[in-house]
Amino acid sequence: MHIHDVELTSRLWLGTARYPSPAVLIEAIRAAECDMVTVSLRRECGQQRAGQDFWSLIRSLGVRVLPNTAGCHSVKEAVTTAHMAREVFDTPWIKLEVLGEGELLQPDVFGLVEAARLLIADGFQVFPYTTTDLGVAERLVDAGCRILMPWGAPIGSGRGLNDVFALRALRAYFPELTLVVDAGIGLPSQAAAAMELGFDAVLLNTAVALAGNPSHMAGAFAQAVRAGHAAQLAGCMPPRDLAEPSTPTLGKAWLA
Amino acid sequence: MQLLVNGVVRALVGTSVTDAVEELGYRDACVATAVNGCFVAISERHAHLLVEGDVLEVVAPMQGG
Repeated sequence: MHIHDVELTSRLWLGTARYPSPAVLIEAIRAAECDMVTVSLRRECGQQRAGQDFWSLIRSLGVRVLPNTAGCHSVKEAVTTAHMAREVFDTPWIKLEVLGEGELLQPDVFGLVEAARLLIADGFQVFPYTTTDLGVAERLVDAGCRILMPWGAPIGSGRGLNDVFALRALRAYFPELTLVVDAGIGLPSQAAAAMELGFDAVLLNTAVALAGNPSHMAGAFAQAVRAGHAAQLAGCMPPRDLAEPSTPTLGKAWLA
Repeated sequence: MQLLVNGVVRALVGTSVTDAVEELGYRDACVATAVNGCFVAISERHAHLLVEGDVLEVVAPMQGG
């Protein structure tokens, strides 16, 4: 798939947080056959230089990185963080999060649109973490976003696709736009469902990082994403309310 | 000069952001800086002079979702 003119082979994108150890993170990324991961910025503390070690590890994997603005609750915070991320990670890509309500980590969609507009004008390629709202999606596209990342459910909740109708509507309304379900995916079956709806990729973190065996779960998600995408390409049958016999009724023997 | 560096009060000798980054031991590290909430690019660190009470943030790559 092409993202901002970059070829990516994997439709499963992984976060890099909450893994039990760096070694487990590496195993999971490899098992997922993932070629893009999300990263963040945090204060560098003392002489421990944990950030430097982490960055060396990610670079050694040869994967593309998508920096985020996680934890930002204002346009100013998000824009400043994006600029710092562009310098540190040497990429114009930014997963733009402007968070509103704290318990659900729901995007502040008004701030999101404003920040997207500012960043795109400054040369960024914005991957906005948004809701499934069509009106907001239109504003983001108007602002110059070429990809949208609606939530499936609140971050880290593992609830899957909370609003399938809205996700399906979004896909239908923007047939050519790259759409990625970001957040809330807890099971491989939910990732497959997102792909069956026609989404281009899924981005998840906690479901793999906190699994009993993260690398095995990463492999399971990779298979699910491939299966869901293949099913969507093959053409999924529309659901019906009533039964329809699959065995022909014509020619059935009269045995009553 | 006293600054608030990553949330901690620090006494630094240098006058520019470049000086501060070096004093903090991050000269060769992959870090980004902001002063009083505004991004200061690497190319601007030398010319950006700090004043008493400035809030300096020094961030590095970290795990993210």
